[in-house]
Amino acid sequence: MVTINELHKYGRTKLIMPGTAACPGCPLQLGMRYLAMALDGKFAMVIPAGCSSVIPGTAPYTAFTVPTMHVPFASSPAVASGLRRALRIRGVDGPVVVWAGDGASADIGFASLSGAAYRNEDIIYILADNEAYMNTGIQASGTTPPKAWTTTSPRGKTEGRKDVSLIMIMHNVPYVATASIAYPMDFIDKVRRAASIRGFKFIHLHAPCPPGWKFPDNYTVRVARLAVETGMWILWEYNQGKLTISPPSIPYKDKGRRKPIEEYLKLQGRFSHLTKEDIEEIKAGVDRQWDLILKLTEIYR
Amino acid sequence: MSSVSSKYVKYILSKPMMGAGGKTGTWRVHRPVIDAEKCIKCGLCWLYCPENAIDWLEDKTVAVDYDYCKGCGICSDVCPVRAITMVKEGVI
Repeated sequence: MVTINELHKYGRTKLIMPGTAACPGCPLQLGMRYLAMALDGKFAMVIPAGCSSVIPGTAPYTAFTVPTMHVPFASSPAVASGLRRALRIRGVDGPVVVWAGDGASADIGFASLSGAAYRNEDIIYILADNEAYMNTGIQASGTTPPKAWTTTSPRGKTEGRKDVSLIMIMHNVPYVATASIAYPMDFIDKVRRAASIRGFKFIHLHAPCPPGWKFPDNYTVRVARLAVETGMWILWEYNQGKLTISPPSIPYKDKGRRKPIEEYLKLQGRFSHLTKEDIEEIKAGVDRQWDLILKLTEIYR
Repeated sequence: MSSVSSKYVKYILSKPMMGAGGKTGTWRVHRPVIDAEKCIKCGLCWLYCPENAIDWLEDKTVAVDYDYCKGCGICSDVCPVRAITMVKEGVI
């Protein structure tokens, strides 16, 4: 596992330049910084429409120091596949990374994501999941958790949640993992491991959004950490047929060691309308998800 | 022909620069102030700064770039010894 002292060499390096157009406390910028540190700034990035295509600022300047291609919503895995093949013909062997939001991956771009995964293209796909369409004004997406407030679900979302990372395992790709911006060392390890594998790699990054989830700007990391500590977000890794729970999530296999879910929910304004029954339902959902993942660790071992 | 293509490339590519979204320090409501005596040089504020506005210097102390710091306060929240306080702008 990478340690913080190894990252000290990036202490003054601005791989993502300061002065971007992101909101204060934006988790996507954190994730991008870790991604750039993990790959030492040597990769090409493909970004579909979303918050991440606004963050670099106004042309003719950009905040990203890596070659970046901004593409229409549903086309990012297809563009990355072509880019990877063209780079290989030219003899360039750096990784191509798709940095997409949950709308571009789970809903609108899912067809091309599924296509690229089934062709096993040699790209890293990072789904930065802030659990709604934040850039267009907090509309519910396929990965929004049930009961959460959004502008299209003012009384709480009635539908369930699409588990994109488990869907990707079923595409028989070599590497699938979940990560969280509160555990950067775990995320950096996973990106580096993914970059060492040939084939389609998928990383699902949990990214709490202050304006969209309605919590104060300074709680971004705290909310992300609570999501893991309460068991709402499980960190696991599927590497070529073997599924393991990642080190930060291992203590929370035991239900008694998880923090109460209310601690996570009460910080967020989007869950402020919940009744006791709703919270019980969410708790049951978390237990079901853990049972599923723990059973999968027994199947894929 | 070559001059046309080079002009074209020069025109559509964006250059990396600090402050591509403007001088974002003007957005700030609360300013992080670091107490150097309390600091244990762990680097967590640098690691969790979304804006990359904190430098982790060679002697492992930290310095904030107030031109671009948006004042989100994550550094103050993650500091294990509470060496960073958020002071309202203009009070100092």
